[in-house]
Amino acid sequence: MIQFTNVSKRYTNGFVALNNVSFQVERGEMVFLTGHSGAGKSTVLKMIPLLERQSEGQIVIDNKALSDIKRRYIPALRRDIGIIFQDSKLLNDRNVFDNVALPLLISGDHHPREIGRRVRAALDKVGLLEREQESTVALSGGERQRVGIARAVVNRPKVLIADEPTGNLDPALSQEIMTLFEQFQQVGVTVLIASHDLGLIGRMNKRILALDHGQLVEFQAEESL
Amino acid sequence: MSSSERRPPSVRRNRPSLKARLQNYLALHFHVLTSSLGLLGRMPLSTFMAAMVIGVALALPTMLHVSLSKVQSLGAAWQESAQISLFLRDTTSENGALALQSEVKGWSEISSVKYISAEQALEEFRQGSGLGDVIQMLDKNPLPAVLVVYPKLDQSTTLDTEVLLSKLRARPEVEQAQLDLEWVQRLHGLIDLANRAVLVFGLLLALAVLFVIGNTIRMAIQNRRDEIEVIKLIGGSNAFVRRPFLYSGVWYGLFGGLVAWLLVNVLLLLLDGPVQQLAALYGSDFALGLIGLDTTLLLLLAGPLLGLMGAWLVAGRRIRTIEPV
Ligand SMILES: Nc1ncnc2c1ncn2[C@@H]1O[C@H](COP(=O)(O)OP(=O)(O)OP(=O)(O)O)[C@@H](O)[C@H]1O
Ligand SMILES: [Mg+2]
Repeated sequence: MIQFTNVSKRYTNGFVALNNVSFQVERGEMVFLTGHSGAGKSTVLKMIPLLERQSEGQIVIDNKALSDIKRRYIPALRRDIGIIFQDSKLLNDRNVFDNVALPLLISGDHHPREIGRRVRAALDKVGLLEREQESTVALSGGERQRVGIARAVVNRPKVLIADEPTGNLDPALSQEIMTLFEQFQQVGVTVLIASHDLGLIGRMNKRILALDHGQLVEFQAEESL
Repeated sequence: MSSSERRPPSVRRNRPSLKARLQNYLALHFHVLTSSLGLLGRMPLSTFMAAMVIGVALALPTMLHVSLSKVQSLGAAWQESAQISLFLRDTTSENGALALQSEVKGWSEISSVKYISAEQALEEFRQGSGLGDVIQMLDKNPLPAVLVVYPKLDQSTTLDTEVLLSKLRARPEVEQAQLDLEWVQRLHGLIDLANRAVLVFGLLLALAVLFVIGNTIRMAIQNRRDEIEVIKLIGGSNAFVRRPFLYSGVWYGLFGGLVAWLLVNVLLLLLDGPVQQLAALYGSDFALGLIGLDTTLLLLLAGPLLGLMGAWLVAGRRIRTIEPV
């Protein structure tokens, strides 16, 4: 589903953030990406929805090579991928419902009635069905993160990527969020999560990719802990 | 339960039917239309200011256009009531002239006919020109007798002066029939010129409206930069991001058009009294009245159209510069 082959990324200032990275995430798999701060985790995730382009190598998502995607088809690619950000990136002048409905409005394929149904289904999954009319400003960090997840899954993407989704959350909430991701994996969604919370990802019992200064290394739990 | 739910996840989602897609499309546009109105409602002051500026800019040429077309219709009325001079053949006797006078006076389109005999004409000329001595030297009066025909002032009978002229020319007593149009033509020349000036003026102000709306939209985009960024991050195309701003432009234009409509009508109402008094001094029942339906429609179409254009010129370019691409 996600395939990186000899991918390197050199930022415009010349800094090489990724160096010859190759890995693969199977359809329906849930994988963690870890590494020290500055190791290149966010860089890897940003290249999947073409927020950054690779400098070298090849990235294939759902059997499509990203280098073949023309600029005007980038939005369509992003619509097929659910993205969760550390700072959740909600629109603060809209309520919970409208935030979650946004991807469906963007895709333009849904009747308003269908939008309402799907948004409530997504909010139900993250346990915020009762809060749909609330302003997102009134939510706690964990609640905001869950709204972000509902927004990412509402259009039923095949791939979910999350960059430090539990960055600001306490351990109990973090565990809850990870369990949520696991539930999406169980219904066939491919999930790739960047996190440096080794304790948390260790408990999840999933495959772990480790980055070190832009290169993939063998993950060694003892050493990192 | 929708059909897409029953399909296995490996099957690519089918596109909905054309009818369903059209329905979705219209519903979404309606949503954007109303939500863009809501956006404006959230910044009432700048919306109000923009509408006022656009309104004034649209009101100026509209006011000129409306007044000019009133004057123009007045000029047309005057043209219809312009006097016609019939120069009679010198073979026509005084009785023949008087007979013609009373006959023409009987025509429905004629208000009055004045007879000026050759002697009277000469006398008038003598007094008017101060060439009395020269005229004394003439052994024969060179001036013909004249019938001055005044068509009816009544505007309801649309009078074709050309038809009337040829009817009069056909008379054997008449040597020459002349429509005294010079000043009416001059008025028309002036009105033509003024119309052209209004057009140029209007185009310049339309340009100003474009700039005002473009600038307002540019600031709105700047204010919503973070939001635009998020929308693009999750797959909103530039066109999707642009849409509410285009609608905002349309709303600004519509509000501006309404403001202009109100302004012009208020001005016309204020001016109508004095203008009527002035016209009464000249024996006319000329009145300004209010904006006509056609001008109203023009304003309410031109406003939104300019708004759309102004927004369109700015929005696409601005939005494309906001990362991510
Ligand atoms: N736009 C950019 N231009 C230049 N250098 C960048 C850019 N973005 C990231 N970098 C550099 O690339 C390296 C990898 O950054 P990245 O954000 O991928 O790290 P990370 O693993 O996500 O770290 P963290 O855990 O702190 O989020 C860092 O050294 C960073 O300074
Ligand atoms: Mg990072």
